[in-house]
Amino acid sequence: MSAGVDLEGVTVRFGNFTAVDNANLAIKGGEFFSFLGPSGCGKTTILRTVSGFLDPSAGRVKIGGQDMVGIGPNKRPTALIFQNLALFPLMTVADNIAYGLRVRGIDKKTRRKKAGELLDLIALPGQGDKLVSELSGGQKQRVAIARALAVEPKVLLLDEPLSALDLKLRQHMRNELRAIQQRVGITFIYITHDQGEALTMSDRIAVMSDGVIEQVADGKTVYDQPETSFVASFVGENNGFTGLVTKADATGAVVETAMGSLRGRNPKGMKTGDKAMVFVRPESLRIGKGKALEGFSAAVKNVAFEGNATHVFLQGADKKNITVTIGRGQGGDIPAQGSMADVQFDPDLALILPEGKLARE
Amino acid sequence: MSSRLLVFLLPVIVIGLFWAMSRYESKLAHDPNHKGYFERNGMTLGLIFIFLVALWTLFLVVLPYLYMVVESFHPRLPLPKRGGPEDYLTFAQYKSFFVSPSDNQWNTNHMGAFVFSLIASVAVTVFNLAFCYPLAYFMAQVGSVQKVRLLMLGLIVPYWVNEILRAFSMRLLLTSKGLINQLLMWSGLTDAPIDFLYNNTGLYLGLSYGYLLIMMFPLYNAIESLDKNQIEAARDLGAPWWKIHRDVVIPYAKPGIASGCTMVFMLAAGSLAAPQFLGGPNTLWFTSVVYDFFFQAFNWPRGSAYAFILLAACIIFVMGMLRLFKVKLGEAIR
Amino acid sequence: MSSRYVMKGMLAFYILIFFLYLFGPLLVMGVTAFNTPNYPQAYPFESFTLDWFVKLWNHRAMMEGLQNSFVIGIGVVAISVPVGLAASIMMNQIYHRARGLFYLVTVSPLLTPGVIIGISTVIFWKDVMGVTDVTKAIFYKGIVLSILGQSSFVAAYCLLIIMARLTRFDRAQEEAALDLGASYPQVFWHILIPFLKPALLSASVIGFLSSFENYNTTTFAILADKTLVTVLAGEVRQGTTPVLSALAVIIITISLLGAITYEILKRREETKAAQIKENARLAERGEAV
Repeated sequence: MSAGVDLEGVTVRFGNFTAVDNANLAIKGGEFFSFLGPSGCGKTTILRTVSGFLDPSAGRVKIGGQDMVGIGPNKRPTALIFQNLALFPLMTVADNIAYGLRVRGIDKKTRRKKAGELLDLIALPGQGDKLVSELSGGQKQRVAIARALAVEPKVLLLDEPLSALDLKLRQHMRNELRAIQQRVGITFIYITHDQGEALTMSDRIAVMSDGVIEQVADGKTVYDQPETSFVASFVGENNGFTGLVTKADATGAVVETAMGSLRGRNPKGMKTGDKAMVFVRPESLRIGKGKALEGFSAAVKNVAFEGNATHVFLQGADKKNITVTIGRGQGGDIPAQGSMADVQFDPDLALILPEGKLARE
Repeated sequence: MSSRLLVFLLPVIVIGLFWAMSRYESKLAHDPNHKGYFERNGMTLGLIFIFLVALWTLFLVVLPYLYMVVESFHPRLPLPKRGGPEDYLTFAQYKSFFVSPSDNQWNTNHMGAFVFSLIASVAVTVFNLAFCYPLAYFMAQVGSVQKVRLLMLGLIVPYWVNEILRAFSMRLLLTSKGLINQLLMWSGLTDAPIDFLYNNTGLYLGLSYGYLLIMMFPLYNAIESLDKNQIEAARDLGAPWWKIHRDVVIPYAKPGIASGCTMVFMLAAGSLAAPQFLGGPNTLWFTSVVYDFFFQAFNWPRGSAYAFILLAACIIFVMGMLRLFKVKLGEAIR
Repeated sequence: MSSRYVMKGMLAFYILIFFLYLFGPLLVMGVTAFNTPNYPQAYPFESFTLDWFVKLWNHRAMMEGLQNSFVIGIGVVAISVPVGLAASIMMNQIYHRARGLFYLVTVSPLLTPGVIIGISTVIFWKDVMGVTDVTKAIFYKGIVLSILGQSSFVAAYCLLIIMARLTRFDRAQEEAALDLGASYPQVFWHILIPFLKPALLSASVIGFLSSFENYNTTTFAILADKTLVTVLAGEVRQGTTPVLSALAVIIITISLLGAITYEILKRREETKAAQIKENARLAERGEAV
């Protein structure tokens, strides 16, 4: 029915360029698993390696416990949804969907039946005889999924399938895909650069950057407890303050930054003298002077109203940008543009991580 | 080892070299993308492809050429004497182009024919280029879609008529009883019929006529891909029409021009039909000389040598053209 | 601006001259086909006759040549299209350092004068087939040699035509088919060939026509046999009756009909494509809820 996918030390090198560096991962059967990262981070390479179009330069790929070395893409129990869908333009919708069955030698009658069932599943009943070019973007999307499901794969691989759709349709399809996955119960491996998609749809996420898997965890953990500065800066909005650790104990640590001494949680056990960054989410910052909270001052550059929240953009002493997000109904003062504002936060909501690379702006 | 058999070895050696190189390179670094040739096409298809391509490149192209070249270095011998002691490599056939073997004088006939053919071909090429350029430009940039389609049809239909018939029709027009002479005499421009065939006018017209379309199409394609806006921009800046052509259109269309000129020259220089039917009794076209060596004198080695000289001249011209127009080979072919 | 009108006038005059040059000789020849004198004569026009067309039909040599031309044409297409297809596929897969040479070799027949192809074909195959008497008797024939000689450059045409289409092939479709479980031969037949069909068709047509009307190469390779074109050449050389003009008229008529049919078919395809586009647009609208 479904199978787990194991990456054991998978490295993929093109000449001098390392696209994937020592990936170790165990994806459980039936899981909705996402690879999240900016373009060029290696997530497409991993997908193509799992589906069999690329050979790893080192390491192995196991599907359902079986080593896939030497097994070509047409023999693996996977099905891939391509970014540009790659539907067959010269075949009808039904023929597209039934193609996987056709190459397995299944007779015409059974193929027609199966195609009909899948057309019902994707809510396009009776459209089998249309040409692919007569369909809308969203309909083509669903046909691609039906075509992949027809061969009853153990693992379904999706390569940024929603990137070509407009916003409303994308949100609709997110729910659709999740529903289909839960109904059919097979493993979904999904790659995207859109964190919203990854967070809302997945059971677990692997955040990647420059060929390295930075963190693997469920959405909440990745958001609240990022392991590296890249994850902290890539997933969601975040403010990072660089500095040196001046004090470290069981309750947390203090980092001396351009904005002054800031205290925060120290899950990585950093020591005095380490180079570190303090991360505080915009929604965890407050405008105003308070009691016993960490804080600093900064100049207000811009205030932007975005419907359900207001963003205040400030600039610190080191000319770095700081964002504070005030939700509607949260109360508190909205400072005027050009004024100096006091910003404060609860140190339990601040995270201290080793200094490292950040997500590109 | 007979020189003829050596011909078969040469391609095998070249292929072997490349194969060894590719094996070596794939051992150096692992390419994740690389699927072996037979992996990619399946065993049956892979073998079929190799067979077909080998059949073509080796047996229909490379080996016959090499064989002909080798043949040109042999003396003319009847079949039984081949491979025997009298069959040795010699430059004699090539020498015969310069010095006639029958009387040891300079072979002015053949050399003259060679030079004449080349010059005439160049002249025809230049004329065709000049004649076709305006229409190509009109069709590519100025004319409306409907007009162009009609014109295109009008251009193609005559070319379905075989070149022999076209040469024939040109001859009909130009004979002493032909229409042109009748017109000239009737209008009083001449008193007696002009023998167009004798003075080679027929030949030039026939050659030019035969290859008009060959010049037309590459020109048209090249000019057609030029962005109209560039011409508009030049016009807006006040450039007169001849400057527009000199500075904008022609440089852009260079690959098309080179392609057209190359093809017309090669076809004209290697032409058989037009010189045979439209040349005067005194015209000697180089390709006809080659033809005669084969069909009248049965002197295949000498014919091969002359054919090779013709080929060399064509290649030199083409390379020169490409160099002159600074165009690469790949761009010039269609 | 009067210069505009002058330009336009000159343009019209030029186009007139151009097409007069192009069509003139053919028109004259066409007229001679219907004129009675034994020698092709356009003016004076003595009296109308269809005799020459009858004589054309009865011209034994020409009919035999026509038959041979057909057989050769079909043979050439049968060899050249698969060869061109194989070569275009291999062009992308061949060792990258060898690709330049490979391209040069395959395209060189187009740059070689036809006489040289004809000569080299005869010289080479005479020796190769003459290795035994049996092979010589079976294979050393004008028709066979013509097919071989013409295939060398017709395959090059096919290669270029097919490659032009092949470069537009979306590799993702090939991968999608593989991913769904197809074997490589299945991908070839199910996905690639249907995509290449238009190119294969036009390569076949162009190949056949190129073979049919070829003279320079065939005149050497055909040995003692004849094709329609070599018969024509012989007739022209010896001086001839308007039978040739009659043939020309027939050819022009056929090509005109061919061109008209092509236009009609093209128009029909265009309306179909427009309909499909319209359907897709409506589908998009329907989904924008």
